[in-house]
Amino acid sequence: MLGLGADRLRADMNRLLALLFHQGVLDEQFLQLQQLQDESSPNFVSEVVNIYFHESEKLLRNLRGLLMDREFTDYKKMGIHLNQFMGSSSSIGAKRVRNVCVAFRAASEQNNRAGCLRALELLEHEYCYLKNKMHELFQLEQQRLLAAGVRYPMQN
Amino acid sequence: MEIIPFFSIILFLSSPKNPFLDHTHTHHSGKLEISFMEFGATSRKKNKMVNGNQKFRTEITALVVDDDTTNRTIHRRLLQNLGIENQEVRNGKEAIDIHSSGRNFDLILMDMDMPIMNGIEATKQLRAMGIRSTIVGVSTRSMEEKVQEFMEAGLDDYQEKPLTSAKLISILHKMNHNGSV
Repeated sequence: MLGLGADRLRADMNRLLALLFHQGVLDEQFLQLQQLQDESSPNFVSEVVNIYFHESEKLLRNLRGLLMDREFTDYKKMGIHLNQFMGSSSSIGAKRVRNVCVAFRAASEQNNRAGCLRALELLEHEYCYLKNKMHELFQLEQQRLLAAGVRYPMQN
Repeated sequence: MEIIPFFSIILFLSSPKNPFLDHTHTHHSGKLEISFMEFGATSRKKNKMVNGNQKFRTEITALVVDDDTTNRTIHRRLLQNLGIENQEVRNGKEAIDIHSSGRNFDLILMDMDMPIMNGIEATKQLRAMGIRSTIVGVSTRSMEEKVQEFMEAGLDDYQEKPLTSAKLISILHKMNHNGSV
């Protein structure tokens, strides 16, 4: 019975992953992260993704802070934040977030403030979606591990 | 320098039958399915063979130079997975400082855009210091002129992010071919 629960959860995880790949939210680079996870580093993916979330939220706050400033002219600084965001997003396979960063950087290179504002909103939206889906995935994984761990009834 | 284990890793990881190179995208009845956990289980079993901490250890050392924590974590894990002992620094200036303290590395993975000192400047300074390590630029930049400027600073190679096992293996192949290890 409990084995079936673990199998069902695994199927749910596969469906969620397939959806995220199909939507272009994730790309093959995410699979690279899976390959780096093993017995010596069993939580590698969730650890790296949580580092990414932590760093990304700082970057998003910085970007919003720059753009909300009426006197804002420092597009170069914005470019620096965007390069970092692009790099880390591509490293974890966050394809859609990375693509929005590319468009955002293009607007920033043209000193296009309105374009940057639009790109920022889209970026926040895409990031939020990714974060929610990753949390869902990790929750399923935790549940699956619990279900798989309780495989045999206790012996008296 | 004993390099036989290094070749074993290269041969294993380059082999078409290597499960790491199978991304397990399979198509069933037109639907995309990714065997997430099966792949994880397989890689955990197989990884025992290539986990540098357990079985193989190369004699190569590497330095990761990147201001982003996510990238440093992933790049270090990629190196560790290939049995390459590695360290990290957060910008070009720290890369110079660690070399000035007497440390030396066979391979340096150098990010381009970093605060305090960027990768271009750091590469120039390392070469001026007489550092002959293999320096590979790793960046999101794809504009030819920027990449050209980075190469002219003294890189041996350039790879666009994201860094993967395959890209790292091609770097190691070139290192071995050029006899710079």
